[in-house]
Amino acid sequence: MSVGTLGAGLTTPPAPARTERRPRRSRIRYTLTVLAFLLPSAIPLTAFVLAPMVSAAWVSLTKWNLLAPPVFVGLDNYAKLLSDPKTGAIFLHTLYYIVGYLPLVYFGGLALALALNTRLKGRSILRGVYFLPVVTSWIVVALVWRWLLNPSTGVVNTALSWVGIDGPGWWADPAWAMPSIIIASAWKDLGFVMVILLAGLQAIDPELLDAARVDGAGWWRRLFSVVLPLLSPSTFFVVVISLINGFQVFDQVYAMTGGGPGGSTQVVVQQIYDLTFRYGAAGEASALSWLLFAVVLGVTVVQIVGQKRWVTYG
Amino acid sequence: MKRLPMALGIVAVGSVILAGCSAPAENGDGSVTITYTNFISNDGNEQNLQKIVDAFEDANPGITVEVTTLPYSDYGTALQTDLAAGTQSDVFDLEYANYAEFQANGVLAPIEVSDPSVYRQSVLEAYQTDGTQYALPSSFSDVVLYYNKDLFDAAGLDYPSSDWTWADEKAAAEKLTDQAAGVWGDHQPVSFYEYYKVLAQNGGKFLNDDGTAVAFNTPEGIEAAKWLTEKSGTVMPTIEQGQGTPDFDTNLFKDGKLAMLHTGIWVFGAVADVPFGWDIAVEPGNTQQASAVFSNAVGVSSSSKHIEAASKWAEFLTSSDTMVDVRLDSGWELPPISDDAKLSVYLEKGAPENRQAVFDSLDGIALPPVAAAGQTEMQDIITEELVEAQAGRKTVEDALASAEQRINAVIGG
Repeated sequence: MSVGTLGAGLTTPPAPARTERRPRRSRIRYTLTVLAFLLPSAIPLTAFVLAPMVSAAWVSLTKWNLLAPPVFVGLDNYAKLLSDPKTGAIFLHTLYYIVGYLPLVYFGGLALALALNTRLKGRSILRGVYFLPVVTSWIVVALVWRWLLNPSTGVVNTALSWVGIDGPGWWADPAWAMPSIIIASAWKDLGFVMVILLAGLQAIDPELLDAARVDGAGWWRRLFSVVLPLLSPSTFFVVVISLINGFQVFDQVYAMTGGGPGGSTQVVVQQIYDLTFRYGAAGEASALSWLLFAVVLGVTVVQIVGQKRWVTYG
Repeated sequence: MKRLPMALGIVAVGSVILAGCSAPAENGDGSVTITYTNFISNDGNEQNLQKIVDAFEDANPGITVEVTTLPYSDYGTALQTDLAAGTQSDVFDLEYANYAEFQANGVLAPIEVSDPSVYRQSVLEAYQTDGTQYALPSSFSDVVLYYNKDLFDAAGLDYPSSDWTWADEKAAAEKLTDQAAGVWGDHQPVSFYEYYKVLAQNGGKFLNDDGTAVAFNTPEGIEAAKWLTEKSGTVMPTIEQGQGTPDFDTNLFKDGKLAMLHTGIWVFGAVADVPFGWDIAVEPGNTQQASAVFSNAVGVSSSSKHIEAASKWAEFLTSSDTMVDVRLDSGWELPPISDDAKLSVYLEKGAPENRQAVFDSLDGIALPPVAAAGQTEMQDIITEELVEAQAGRKTVEDALASAEQRINAVIGG
C-alpha cells in the first residue's frame, strides 16, 4: 500500500502563523528556498501524474485502438459507459470488494496493533513478521493464495475436510471468488494497518490511561472511551487510504482470477486494463478512469467533511 | 501503486514524446542496424534464433540485427504499447489472429517477396490483403491427439487412428478413465480455440460471411459445445480439480495419468522423455476432419526507417535454408516452406513415431474466425460462456444463446 502524498497531507502540522512582515529580499529568498525543496517532488508529480491525467482526459474524448491515430468523438465514451449495464456491474463488484475488505483489514489490524502494543515477548519480531506480506510482491502473494485456496488440493480445503466441512470452490466458483480475493488482500494489508495504528497507540499519553484506570475504568471501557477516540486520526487515515486503494483494486484480481469466473470479479481497474490492452478501446478506458476518479474524489471529500464529526485531534 | 488513470496517460504522453526519438540507426559507414522483437524463440530457442541471425549477418554485410526476446504472455501488451508509442521494432512477430487488425490500421509495410514459391502457398496467402503481402509466415504448427500407449495397452484398446470420430474417442475415454486411480481418459481445453475447431469438425461455422454476426447457435453448434464441455467431470478433471490452469494438461500427461490429450505439436519437446510409450494421431472429427493450424509471422513496421533491410531480414528469417535446417534440427515449429522433400527430414526425427499425422492434419484445416471488429472480446466472451456451461452453472443452450447476443453486440457495431 502507498503511504504516499495523501498521508503527508493529512499529518502535516498547520503552517506556522506569520509573525512579522519580512523584508522583500528575504521573502523572495524564502519563496525560492521553498520552491527548491518542492521541485524534486513537483517534477515527477507533473510528469507522471498531472500530465498523464490531462492527456488521459483528452484520450477519453477519442476513439483510439492504440494502433491508428485517435479520432475525436466528444463525450461518446462517457455516454456509452453510463448507458452500459456492465459499468454498474463493475462498480458493484468493486464496492463488494471494499465492503468485505475494509472491516476485515481494519479490525484485524486493530487487534494486532493492540496485541503488539503490550510488553509481549518478541514483539519486535512479530511486528516484522506481520509487516512482511506488505512488502511482498502481489504476484507472489496471489500465487500462494491461489495455491492455499485450491479447491481440490489446497491447504485450506484439506484442513476443512478434517473437520468434516466440504470446502467451497474458492476462486473457481463465482460465489466465492470475490471472498477469496478479499481474504488474500486483507491478509496482505493487515501489517500496514497494524503499523499505522501501532504508531497511533504509542502516541497516546500513558497518563491518560492511568487516570482512567484510577477512575475505575476496565479494559473495554478504556478502549472505547480513551484509546479509540485518541486513535481516530490514525483510523481516519487508514480508512481514507484503504478506500482509495480499494476502489483501485487491480493487482490481486489480475493475478488471482483475471476478472473471472464468469466475470464475477471484474472490477473497475481490471475493466480499464482489458479495454485498453485487450479490446483496443483506450478512449473508453480513459473515460472509465475519469469516472472512477470522480467517484473516488467524491467519496474522499465526503470523508474529509465528515471527519469533523468523529475524528479528535489531540 | 495502482495509479490507473495515469497508466493510460503515460501511454498517451509516451506516444507523443517517444515518437520523436526513435532514432534512425544509420551507422557512419552506411551500414544499418535493424531491430527485431520476437516471442517465437523465447523459452528454449534463443540460441537457434541467434544461428539464423548470424547467418543473415554473414550473408548481408552492413546489416546488423538487434534481437529482443519477450515471453509470449507479455508480448501482446508490450507490442500494443510500443505501437501506440511509435517505438516498435523494425521487424516484429505477430499472430494470424491479429494480422487483419494490424493490417487495417496501417501498422504493417507491404513486403516485396523475392521468391514467393519457396513458401507454402496457403500459409503465405493468409498474410495477403488484396493481393499484397503484409507479413511473412515464420512457422506453422497444428494441434493433434496425443495418446499414452501404455494406458491403451493396459485397457486392451486399439490406438487412435485417422479414421476415428468423436464417438470412438468418447468410448475409449470412458473406458480409460479410472477416477479412483486418478487416471483420466481425455483432456481438451474449453476455450474459443477449441470451439471454432470442433464446430468445423461438426460442419458448423462460427461467424457469418462478413464477420458481423455469429453463426454458431445452431444444432451443430450446440452439439459441438456439448462435446467440449461434457468431458469435464466424466473423462476429464473439473476446473476445481485444476483443469484450465497453465500446463495442467501436459503435466498430467507426463505423469502418465492422462490417456488422451488435445494439444499442439509444440509440446513434443516437453513430453519427449516420458517413461512410457506415446504417439500422436490426427484429431478425430464428427462429420468431417478439421484441425487447428496456427502460424506465426513477422511484419515490417510501416514507420521503419529501413524497410528494405528489414524486409530482407524478414524474408531470410522465414524462408532461408539456414532457418529450415535450424528449425528441423531442433524440432522448433515447422518451417513454412513448400518443399516437402526438405520437410521429410522431420518425419525421421524420432518420437513421436507417427509424425506423418502432423502433415495429414493439414488436409482439413479449421482457420480461426476473424470478426469485423472486437476480435479479442469475442474470444473472451465465448470462452467465458463455455466455461459457465462446463461448470454446470448454465445449460449449453443458454450459454450459446447468451454468447450469441453478447458477441453480436460487440462485433456488429
